[in-house]
Amino acid sequence: MADLATVAAEATATAVDPANWTCPAPLRDQPVVVMGHGGGGALSAELIDQVFAPAYGNPTLAALTDSAVLDLGGARVAFSTDSYVVRPLFFPGGSLGDLAVNGTVNDLAMSGARPAYLSAAFVLEEGVELAVVERIAHAVGAAARAADVIIATGDTKVVESGHGDGVYVTTAGVGLVPDGVDIRPQRARPGDAVIVSGPIGLHGVAIMSVREGLEFGIEIASDTAPLAGLVADMLAVTRDIHVLRDPTRGGLGTSLNEIARASGTGVRLRERAIPVPDEVVNACGFLGLDPLYVANEGRLVAFVPPQEAEAVLAAMRAHPQGGGAVLVGECVEDHPGMVVVATALGGTRVVDLPLGEQLPRIC
Amino acid sequence: MKYIDEFNDPDLARRLLDEIHAAATRPWALMEVCGGQTHSIIRHGIDQLLPENVELIHGPGCPVCVTPLDVIDQALEIAARPDVIFCSFGDMLRVPGTDRDLFRVKGEGGDVRVVYSPLDALDLARKNPDRQVVFFAIGFETTAPANAMAVHQARRLGLDNFSLLVSHVRVPPAIDAIMTAPECRVQGFLAAGHVCSVMGTAEYPDLADKHRVPIVVTGFEPLDILEGIRRAVHQLERGEHRVENAYARAVREQGNPAALRMIEEVFEITDRNWRGIGRIPASGWRLTDAYRAHDAELRFDVAGIRTEEPAECRAGEVLQGLIKPTECEAFGTTCTPRTPLGATMVSNEGACAAYYLYRRMTGPAPQGSRIPREEMNPVG
Repeated sequence: MADLATVAAEATATAVDPANWTCPAPLRDQPVVVMGHGGGGALSAELIDQVFAPAYGNPTLAALTDSAVLDLGGARVAFSTDSYVVRPLFFPGGSLGDLAVNGTVNDLAMSGARPAYLSAAFVLEEGVELAVVERIAHAVGAAARAADVIIATGDTKVVESGHGDGVYVTTAGVGLVPDGVDIRPQRARPGDAVIVSGPIGLHGVAIMSVREGLEFGIEIASDTAPLAGLVADMLAVTRDIHVLRDPTRGGLGTSLNEIARASGTGVRLRERAIPVPDEVVNACGFLGLDPLYVANEGRLVAFVPPQEAEAVLAAMRAHPQGGGAVLVGECVEDHPGMVVVATALGGTRVVDLPLGEQLPRIC
Repeated sequence: MKYIDEFNDPDLARRLLDEIHAAATRPWALMEVCGGQTHSIIRHGIDQLLPENVELIHGPGCPVCVTPLDVIDQALEIAARPDVIFCSFGDMLRVPGTDRDLFRVKGEGGDVRVVYSPLDALDLARKNPDRQVVFFAIGFETTAPANAMAVHQARRLGLDNFSLLVSHVRVPPAIDAIMTAPECRVQGFLAAGHVCSVMGTAEYPDLADKHRVPIVVTGFEPLDILEGIRRAVHQLERGEHRVENAYARAVREQGNPAALRMIEEVFEITDRNWRGIGRIPASGWRLTDAYRAHDAELRFDVAGIRTEEPAECRAGEVLQGLIKPTECEAFGTTCTPRTPLGATMVSNEGACAAYYLYRRMTGPAPQGSRIPREEMNPVG
């Protein structure tokens, strides 16, 4: 039962000692930041492992979960932050404002927390129309009301024209984790059912379709949505949910790899069970991308004890954000740390952590 | 709402596999020409499901893989110039040149942009009259028509600031070179469907006759590939060597006449170097004299760049079907997608990358080995 002063003292005690600090291994072959460092794949992980983690090093951070669960005077508080730099600012199904709220709400929900308060910091580029800022602010407000969270504090900075990309929004959030809930990637274990809450790939394809001026014959809307309500309904069935993850950047393939590596278990998927909408299949086929690595903003993947899987699935399907929930595979003892897909034809293949961003192929 | 469609139907695939198993009485080695086919074969595990005596050899048909190091270095030099907007398809950005790649040039301040069509690059030239816009025109017959169209339009619109760095290659001379090599083991070809959708099939009967080898034009979905294998095996078992079109939904004998006219207008046939393979006579295209003013190699005076491959890399033997990626000592150790020695490990369609991404297993799960017949039941 640590009070805040004790928590702060412990944090200071575990901080890095500059005198004994050694330079992290250099990033091989990458003396400069490249786009892949932000892609959520292997380059992002390398940046965190080799630059940020050694610089901040502390046990709380070491879990590297979407939100940290902190003990504040006996209360278990989930805490998360994320910056949103999407282009364009408005897209089918949502906007930068929706993403900035839903993204942080979902990061909190993925530790089982009930999100409560958010901060919102805007970095505005000189020259951006105020009407645009107003639309985004309204979207932030509306998304916060929909997710039942309060924007409790904020900040505004302006950078010179040419030094930004219109509007960047950073949100941070806190929420309370219910008693008896311990959700983190390290808890995946062989036998767990792997459940996806609905069709994958819609957000990434929606963004590409407007950003790159690609038209796929029909409008594809982002799936951006808050998932805390869905998680609450799942926890009402059982508090023994082992892992939750919202597969945003890097998609389902990246999230499953991170869980497999963190827990040291294998994941085996059934390709035919993975829900990929036809429009995503077509767009990805056209661009040479794999839907497993395309971003989502309103989906979660859950690792659930096998005996609870049916009941959890039923609860998910009864919720508006989980209507398309399906069992896509299971956690296995074979190939620890790896994700393997049984292909529809009966072969198998590895689903690896992508290096950086997916690259559209030449033909 | 499935990850598969009708060209990935397990029941139909099973039937085709049964036919191939029943038909193949002797060992046969087939080469799939195109990297897209290689990717699909490994991704869907097709090679695991074939009978032991039908071997697939991966061919040279990855446009990213065969673009020579010299040309990559030319691209890097041009892209680093402050007056240039360098445009490329995405998968060229990570291909290693001698000491860096296009991502690195971009990270260091070069204006490198991913485009989805050469016409997007043309549009950039129109909107940026004070900048030089260069499009990296690599690829097989598939991408040549659109690249030809872009430069044709540039001349028509008087866009003097638009140029192509050309490294186009043609498939039939490569097939001829592979079959002429003394160590060649290839007995049949799955020809690349999208190449034939542009060029038609007229170039292939002479090759089939000359080398007494079946050539089956094949698409990219799992059932397309299985059907191509089935037809090639049937021909081999009967001692035939014909050109067959197993991709009739996309390929006509005469190809695409409009695309062919556009290629003829802009390009002429030339000898080309293939990365890892070497010089193949008449295996590429370059701009004709009428369009030479839009040739980036001349405009930026980079024609003199000559470089050498890392000695350790055996991508050339992989591209010629002489070894499997896993037979290279560097595979998965010093050469990975993170630290590629050769382009076959970089490109999405490269054979080495496909093996690394989909077959790198540990523990008791299958290690790229064939799956026993009784375990062939489609899952799901």
